[in-house]
Amino acid sequence: MEFDFSLVWQSLPLLLAGAAVTIKITAISVAIGIFIGMFAGIAKVGHCRILRILATIYIDFIRGTPLLVQIFIIYFALPTITNIKMDPFWAAISACGINSGAYVAEIFRAGIQGIDKGQMEAGRSLGLTWAQTMRYIIIPQAFRQIIPPLGNEFIALLKDSSLVSVIGFEELTRSGQLIIARTYGSIEIWSTVAILYLIMTLTIAQLVNFMERRLCRFTVRN
Amino acid sequence: MPKKEMIKINGLEKHFGQVEILRGIDLAVEEGEVVAIIGPSGSGKSTLLRCMNYLEKPSAGSISIGGLDFAAHNIDKMRADIGMVFQHFNLFPHMSILENVMLGAIKVRKVNFAQAKEEALALLKRVALVEKAAAYPLQLSGGQQQRVAIARALAMKPKVMLFDEPTSALDPEMVGEVLDVMRDLARAGMTMVVVTHEMGFAREVGTRLLFIDGGKIVEDGKPKEIFAAPREERTRQFLSKVL
Repeated sequence: MEFDFSLVWQSLPLLLAGAAVTIKITAISVAIGIFIGMFAGIAKVGHCRILRILATIYIDFIRGTPLLVQIFIIYFALPTITNIKMDPFWAAISACGINSGAYVAEIFRAGIQGIDKGQMEAGRSLGLTWAQTMRYIIIPQAFRQIIPPLGNEFIALLKDSSLVSVIGFEELTRSGQLIIARTYGSIEIWSTVAILYLIMTLTIAQLVNFMERRLCRFTVRN
Repeated sequence: MPKKEMIKINGLEKHFGQVEILRGIDLAVEEGEVVAIIGPSGSGKSTLLRCMNYLEKPSAGSISIGGLDFAAHNIDKMRADIGMVFQHFNLFPHMSILENVMLGAIKVRKVNFAQAKEEALALLKRVALVEKAAAYPLQLSGGQQQRVAIARALAMKPKVMLFDEPTSALDPEMVGEVLDVMRDLARAGMTMVVVTHEMGFAREVGTRLLFIDGGKIVEDGKPKEIFAAPREERTRQFLSKVL
């Protein structure tokens, strides 16, 4: 069995296009995930009992079921109930975004609860409302603290986005599958796909590192 | 002219679960008084102070500030008139010193940016930290942070200032600079309630001294008289340990 470098070389444009799609759906899903996760995380520590219960149900359901099943529900099951047929792109980003939101919510909750309660008291004693104190004092500090776990979540999501290949959405993994179906170059293509994922995840890790150092200057004593 | 009543507390009780912290506090504080509260740890003195701006909600009884009852008014609006200084400063570490002092003026008093900045710089000048305006809290010493915290509270133009053991977390050599700021504030006529272990400050600056033990006011009078001749045995015992 020989490793055919020319096959890697020929397939690279298609695989890179797939990688670009992977980055795109990951980025959009991450944005959705942060948006949902921030509100669900705040709801979990807030005073409103109904919101807290709703957030808990959402988080437990998403974290307690496989992403693959969630993708099937959104792409196959939901259209039969609602008559709304989603194209694979929308199904992919909604599944990944909603999934990510639950994990991000837990990260936010932990980040908010990790802020010294004296901060909330100091804000409230100035006359700020609970929501204002959250917005100007607690969340900005929590955000800096949760950058590392948030980075890990994005790396996980980038890898998990390979699951949307099952609904035929052509991201990196699906591109690989399609090339192999044509060329039978299993070793060459899967190892190239793996290396492309590795490059992307390592890059994100570096980016997160950089952001963390930039945003955390205020915690450093002179 | 009769002095205005700034703080009025009637039948205040506070318990956490089964534990009774405050067991019936009645207190009236007039404008311009500097009330020092002393007492053993666990006596309820910090809880009493925290009730005065509803950081702790009373289990029973009523609290009015400047004639307004907490139970009948918006708590956030009430708090805007009550300055609070904490033992651990609680400055906002992600904001510069200037931003810390400006935040309340802009978000609560709705002052415009230029005026809030001018007021904040004037206050920082008053606590002798104007050159640190651009620094971040954790770059300052404890004493400097506490002075910023006082400036931050003053930025709300409060009617009353509450101090919760403001020098207890400080290194000994920094206690003086904070007490100096508080002394100036007292001279300027600010109504102040200070929970403290600084007996020298209580004696010298306080116009009134409360000794609290077991959730009740045990002794209430002029600091010099109480320090010289406490009426109650419990006060005598406490003072003999701390003086």
